[in-house]
Amino acid sequence: MNRLACKDLDLEIGGKQVVRGLDLALGPGQFWGLMGANGIGKTTLMQCLAGLVSPDRGEVVLEGRPLEGMGRREIARNIGMMQQHTVYVFDASVLQTALTGRHPFLGQWQRETQDDWLKARNAIAHVGLDGLEERSVTSLSGGEARRLAFASLLVQEPGIMLLDEPSNHLDLKHQILIMSTIGTAVYSGQRLAVAATHDINLAACYCSHVLMLFGGGEWSAGPAPDMFTRERLQKLYQCPVEMIETPAGMRFHPSFEALSN
Amino acid sequence: MLHFKSRPALLSGLVLLSAGSILFASYAGSMTMGVGDWLDALANPDSQGGALLWQLRLPRALAAWVVGAMLALSGCLMQVLLRNPLADPYILGVSGGAAFAALAGMTLGVAIALIPLLALVGAFVSILIVFGLARGSGPWSGTRLLLTGVVTAAGWAALISLVLATGSDNSLRGMLFWLMGDLSYARLPAWAIAALLAGVGLTMGMARSLNVLAMGETTARLLGESTQKLLWSLYALASLLTAAAVAVAGTIGFVGLIVPHLVRLVTGSDHRLLIPAATLFGGAFLVFSDTLARVVLAPRQLPVGVITALLGVPLFLALLNRARIRSLDS
Repeated sequence: MNRLACKDLDLEIGGKQVVRGLDLALGPGQFWGLMGANGIGKTTLMQCLAGLVSPDRGEVVLEGRPLEGMGRREIARNIGMMQQHTVYVFDASVLQTALTGRHPFLGQWQRETQDDWLKARNAIAHVGLDGLEERSVTSLSGGEARRLAFASLLVQEPGIMLLDEPSNHLDLKHQILIMSTIGTAVYSGQRLAVAATHDINLAACYCSHVLMLFGGGEWSAGPAPDMFTRERLQKLYQCPVEMIETPAGMRFHPSFEALSN
Repeated sequence: MLHFKSRPALLSGLVLLSAGSILFASYAGSMTMGVGDWLDALANPDSQGGALLWQLRLPRALAAWVVGAMLALSGCLMQVLLRNPLADPYILGVSGGAAFAALAGMTLGVAIALIPLLALVGAFVSILIVFGLARGSGPWSGTRLLLTGVVTAAGWAALISLVLATGSDNSLRGMLFWLMGDLSYARLPAWAIAALLAGVGLTMGMARSLNVLAMGETTARLLGESTQKLLWSLYALASLLTAAAVAVAGTIGFVGLIVPHLVRLVTGSDHRLLIPAATLFGGAFLVFSDTLARVVLAPRQLPVGVITALLGVPLFLALLNRARIRSLDS
């Protein structure tokens, strides 16, 4: 259950190589951080893992079966993805939008059950949007819209969660809420999560593994503690990073002195 | 937004409104009659009054209802298809092809009974042109469909102007009425009723998919929809409904744009409620509009398109304003 593998994957977008020869087995109980500079192809790789984009070579394998050729509905019952942007054009309610997470599980004429409604209400309450159930999604703030997108993902209950910069637009409290919710689902619920993020500290706190993209198809992957070295981070962001030992573990911040010199 | 439990009440209300609109249309007209006479005529189709009701007013009202329902339904579909709340049934040029064919037919002196058939053929030609050009060899692109449709519509508009400019003066009035939408000669063919029923049935079958699609194509795919198939079926369905409506009654404006919006303000965006509610309200709205078109300047008749706009604009602005005030309060 909850196994996703990349086999000798080549992926290119707009003439830029995202990964070359990516071989990676992702399994239950793993929370992967996907890190890399802007425009390096994190979103494209996520979309490839969700079967939205076809690789140029190799394949993505879900529970031993290639994603290519699988129906969207079957994929959606196993893999859920929180996108980087959600733009609402029509003014559906918050509750109805969260409820769309049940869509892959309902037949053509089937209606949501009481249980589905309960799941939606619970997810909305979990991300702190309770009281806004009947509000139009077009009236939400940026951070509220992100939390709603995350709530919809919770309602979908996918074994494999892909999250494209889930902490974007969020205040500190909600960054931690979302990352720890994913952490609980992964470590207690034996699910698999992959989250693209630029926040080294959040990744260091919550992720068990990290995949780094350096550009030109170059990549590096491994258990999180091994991945966070000064050299790798500098190569990743073209910016020197200080590492500070704290009682809670290693913390990171950019080295401003080195930059201004 | 409307609570789940009040849905049956809303839909029953709209069914009653539709029935009421048709009865009212059979009562009101340039030849006034008392309520007693009206009931008498309703009960006796063979009497003189009965003939007026059963052979003129009721068929026309029924035609208006079906056309209004088709336009409102098509509007709902186009708005999701193009993910644009400003889309209407005519935006992709279906009506332009129909109008050009109908007007060209009028200029050439084709029998009036054949005009709907010509309009239908024109609409089909336009649907095929837009589909062929927009589809190309690549995957679905909403922008490409929109651009292809809008530019095709502009082409038809130029041809229509050409026909109007070169046509004889005495055919101009008929052409103008057709362009503004007119139900005077509308007779309801059985295939139009079948098209509406099939349209509603098919749409209801994909109503929850429409909810998901309204949130964007990628979101829909992530939630298990094969969007290519869904989008092209939507295009086909919306276009065919528009073609049928235009063939029966000309290009009646405004219904397809404003009814989905009006209804959405009350129901919210769940298509499982929006679709039947908009269809019912679209029908009733056009019956009322057409009845007004017959009586306000009786015995002169106005093109119904004038009334739909004159009624629709204030109604829409009022509801929009109320919705805004309510959302500011909350």
